[in-house]
Amino acid sequence: MPLQPRGFRHALNRSTLRPGERQLEVQGLHLAFGKVAALAGVSFTVYQSEILAIIGPNGAGKTSLLNSISGLYRPQRGSIRFYNDGETYELTRRKPHEIAQLGIARSFQNIELFRHMTVLDNLMAGAHVHMKSGLLPSLIYWGPAQQEQIHFREFVEDIIDLLEIEAIRYKKVGTLSYGLQKRVELGRALAMKPAILLLDEPMAGMNTEEKEDMARFILDVNEEHGVTVVLIEHDMGVVMDISDRIVVLSFGRKIAEGTPEEIRQNPEVRRAYLGE
Amino acid sequence: MISGTFHTSYRSDMALRRTWIERLRLGLFIAFIVLFPFVVRKPYPIFLMNQIGIATIGAIGLNILVGYTGQISLGQGAFMAVGAYTAGILTARMGVPWWLTIPIAALVTAAVGALFGIPSLRMKGLYLAIATLAAQEIILWVVTHWDAVTGGVDALVVPPPMLFGQPVNTDFRFYWVIWPLVGLTALLTANLFRTHYGRAFIAIRDQDIAAEVMGINVFAYKLLAFGVSSFFVGLAGALIAHYRSIVTWERFTIETSVLYLAMIIIGGLGSISGSLFGAAFMTLLPAFLTNVGRALQGVIPGMDELIPYLQQASFGLVIILFLILEPEGLRKIWQDIKNYFALWPFSY
Repeated sequence: MPLQPRGFRHALNRSTLRPGERQLEVQGLHLAFGKVAALAGVSFTVYQSEILAIIGPNGAGKTSLLNSISGLYRPQRGSIRFYNDGETYELTRRKPHEIAQLGIARSFQNIELFRHMTVLDNLMAGAHVHMKSGLLPSLIYWGPAQQEQIHFREFVEDIIDLLEIEAIRYKKVGTLSYGLQKRVELGRALAMKPAILLLDEPMAGMNTEEKEDMARFILDVNEEHGVTVVLIEHDMGVVMDISDRIVVLSFGRKIAEGTPEEIRQNPEVRRAYLGE
Repeated sequence: MISGTFHTSYRSDMALRRTWIERLRLGLFIAFIVLFPFVVRKPYPIFLMNQIGIATIGAIGLNILVGYTGQISLGQGAFMAVGAYTAGILTARMGVPWWLTIPIAALVTAAVGALFGIPSLRMKGLYLAIATLAAQEIILWVVTHWDAVTGGVDALVVPPPMLFGQPVNTDFRFYWVIWPLVGLTALLTANLFRTHYGRAFIAIRDQDIAAEVMGINVFAYKLLAFGVSSFFVGLAGALIAHYRSIVTWERFTIETSVLYLAMIIIGGLGSISGSLFGAAFMTLLPAFLTNVGRALQGVIPGMDELIPYLQQASFGLVIILFLILEPEGLRKIWQDIKNYFALWPFSY
């Protein structure tokens, strides 16, 4: 019997694929800033409901890769194909907000929350793409427009529940500790009902306990809701523990791909990354 | 003494006024506004209240753009001019009923505002401020040079608004046009900022790249912010046209733009009540200083011709002091007072 998330009244996963199906396909991606090649022909595939970790030394092109997927950077060559609802979407020609509307959510390395909003409003802003009311009904906060806000408030409360941030829901995000902000940022990405979740160093700068919490939330989202997670992380312990597969980048190239065990054994990875 | 606020539905938790004390305060404020002209019965205070009302509508409009969306605009004066001239020309030259010209003027200003918001696609912060300064100058140039339509540098005389054969633009009567519109503007704006439109505006202000990655079409929402903001600014302009029965370009120069920016900074950026506080402050302070100056005349011999300068200097001084002592504006002071009394008489 599939795990039925307790108390979750709304679907969190936007993808219609079955676990293991091809979901995101990056092919021959080239990205250069002037003469500096950030990505030099990177290819890999993400499968539905897996946790894929991207690792590599500083400057390997990990964040550039995520930025290319979410449309913030324009790669010069290569393709990024995204599959959902039986359709194929080419992402390299799309604007960031269009890519987000397809269900690709993400968090940032240096927290990029809406600092002056409350936690609640940050999460509600995360659900922006699902709110359809017109300007006039919204201005008079009338009927369906009000219903819509209340409906998403209910949905967002489920996420607050999941991430255990009930006590801070009315707090301004700027006043929260670093660890909690990271958690809220995950929540904001979840509020989008993602098909894929891209997390850029979700555990950077955290203590062990906070890391454990964050790992648990990521596993919850992945196991209970089947959301695909692509994450960049430097903490090898966490990466080896929670990811299904790992892609290793070095100087803009993919030098290895495989299960945590395979990566651990890979001599080239040990040379480039683990410092041998 | 309130031990806490307990809501049993999301609807009540998401209401604009969440506690009875908040509702009571709003009720008292409305009662004050309704009773004011009957109790005071003198034209000058009512005239001042009307000024405050119009300035509040304009300040809320500017606050939507600057305070909430983070797009600095120096075009406020020109956008008010668009509203005022549209209303004036429609009434004086084309015979459109005065009450109909008010929404038309607001819509025209919204369109013009959105048009001049296009540079915001590429520019932020001070660069955008300079671009809106260009809007200010271009619009005012058109107003002063398009003689056939606007009357150029000459004043445009607007026939007094009539209702049941009576002119409406006496201080007392126009009060009842202005203040319901202030209430409507405040309500619509408050509603806007509890839906995804308002949240998108604030998201753009706080973190525009994250906003984009959250699926917010940043450019479209910036233009929308310019449009909605200018709608209310145009409304304020149209009210000026009908209230004063005369539209002149001098009233809409860059000085007006700066005055309104000062209003929302002193009142509180990104706040509706702050817009009201700022408008009241910036209207009442010069009036107060004028009266003080008049009272001082003859008291200190030889000071008479200095008094106007002292007025201006103290106006500037008060603003500087405010910015140093309470950078978050009058709204913050009001917030502190409320917080104090929420726990009174126990300070913990």
